[in-house]
Amino acid sequence: MKLEDQRTTVYKVDPSHPETESLPTLRTEELLLNMGPQHPSTHGVLKVILELEGERIVKSTPVMGFLHRGVEKLAEGGTYHQFIPHTDRLDYVCAMYNNFAYCRAVEKLMDITVPDRAEYLRTLVAEVQRIIGHLFWLGTQALDIGAMTVFFYTFRDREILLDWFDELCGARLTTSWYRIGGVERDFTPSLTKKVQKFLDYFPPKIDEYVVFLEKNRIWLARTRGVAVISAEDALSFGLSGPTLRGSGVDYDLRKYEPYSAYPKCEFSVPVGKNGDTYDRYWIRIEEMRESIKIVQQCLQQMEPGPIMAEVPSVTLPPKDRVFTNLESMIQQFKLFSQGFDAPAGEIYCGTEAHKGELGFYIVSTGGGQPYRLKIRAPSFIHMGAFDYMAKGYMIADAVTIFGTYDIVMGECDR
Amino acid sequence: MHPIAEKIQSRFPEGFVEANEWRGDLAITVKREALHDVCSYIRKDPDLDCDYMVHVSSVDWPDDEERFEVVYEVYSIRKRHRIRIKTRVPEHDCLVDSMTDIWMGADFMEREVFDMMGIRFNHHPDLRRILMPDDYTEGYPLRKDFPVQGKGWRDTFDFLNDPSQ
Repeated sequence: MKLEDQRTTVYKVDPSHPETESLPTLRTEELLLNMGPQHPSTHGVLKVILELEGERIVKSTPVMGFLHRGVEKLAEGGTYHQFIPHTDRLDYVCAMYNNFAYCRAVEKLMDITVPDRAEYLRTLVAEVQRIIGHLFWLGTQALDIGAMTVFFYTFRDREILLDWFDELCGARLTTSWYRIGGVERDFTPSLTKKVQKFLDYFPPKIDEYVVFLEKNRIWLARTRGVAVISAEDALSFGLSGPTLRGSGVDYDLRKYEPYSAYPKCEFSVPVGKNGDTYDRYWIRIEEMRESIKIVQQCLQQMEPGPIMAEVPSVTLPPKDRVFTNLESMIQQFKLFSQGFDAPAGEIYCGTEAHKGELGFYIVSTGGGQPYRLKIRAPSFIHMGAFDYMAKGYMIADAVTIFGTYDIVMGECDR
Repeated sequence: MHPIAEKIQSRFPEGFVEANEWRGDLAITVKREALHDVCSYIRKDPDLDCDYMVHVSSVDWPDDEERFEVVYEVYSIRKRHRIRIKTRVPEHDCLVDSMTDIWMGADFMEREVFDMMGIRFNHHPDLRRILMPDDYTEGYPLRKDFPVQGKGWRDTFDFLNDPSQ
């Protein structure tokens, strides 16, 4: 049976069939099933009300907001610097990229140019974060649909990278390492050595994960042809990242609106054909390989230099000066408590995080606090397409469809 | 003026209010009545071709007569440009035409705007709260007159170590 047929055929008794009359009349009705908010595959607290006909999904209604913390409202009450740690808690498995997206947005608002070394460091760490995000996705997505082994391998390697983050900024998950205008601290020589060592270690491991999954017939059957969406529909829903690229649109902000050190690095953007979960898996695997290339190029091209822009009215003074120099200390204190004077205006700045386009829309009326800050969270927007993508599939496929978006509720509910 | 803004102005001379370009972002303000026509024009016109919905947002300006601002940001994958379409609505009649028939993604994004700012959307298929509970009666959290700590029954709590008692 072809894929489209399988999806659209709902098995019903055919009334015109000659044997129908001899069949006993059975009462059929649609069944409502609450999936979540405690279901382990929903990665956080998401509930979906499924309307079922037999085992097929007729309609699904996502119920969200269990993790809503009012981050956008909180942003209006704090200074721009104070909001950086809040961004960690959006997508808590990929804190670095959230920091990056936010800092870029504020730099666009303030028109700040970041020094070269800081740009390379940012790109390098962001790509490492992308690898972490994809490893996390690969492990949990396979675990959710029953392929358990790969989870242990991806988490083993993710751990190595999280330990770097620990060495880099003292935190594994909620990092807050990026600053407006640069980064908080530079790599130590020992860290640089570890990065280089990882670059040799990691590529063969990707092949290992591929073997685990692509030799698994059950996993293949549960991802090929599941959660299919056409390019046109995906665009109309505003999907982005691997979820969109799986449908054959090469929309990647790193190429479309190059930022940071990406224009100086050579890499390609993998694009799928069928728009199903398998293609999105393949894209994420290939993106990990591309990320390794970018990290390598950043390490090679990086030269010593400042890691923070020299705009004293906006950027923080270096930490060693804060502890030895009274003026720097006062400046640091004022920047955090009162903030800098932002010009009146509004900007939108999108960044290609590993889930998709993570954007910040900031409206400023002057002064140290944003007047309005809107977060364009890819997880939230992907959930908008859930009903459309789940229609006609089996209940068990709902888990695959959660997985295919790489959804994190902290970001979805904000 | 930006060529895209000129194009929209010449096509909709009555609905067009102003265009603003700042830090490379193009923002076009239109009248509420023209919003749906402008959006379907920028979606269908081959030169503008905005097929990708970026976000729907809203801003509260409590001192203005037309208090709320609804913001649609769209992008064209083929032409690679970004347009922000804005419109203003007064508080006593905060109703905007829904864009769900143009971009399907507008469904959830408009529901969020409704939930957070209380702006209603005409012809929206399923306009309910999305992040706050369905039975939430304390208002719309992102309005400027809504306190950060929330309001409602929480204000009546007795605190154990209240020094005033």
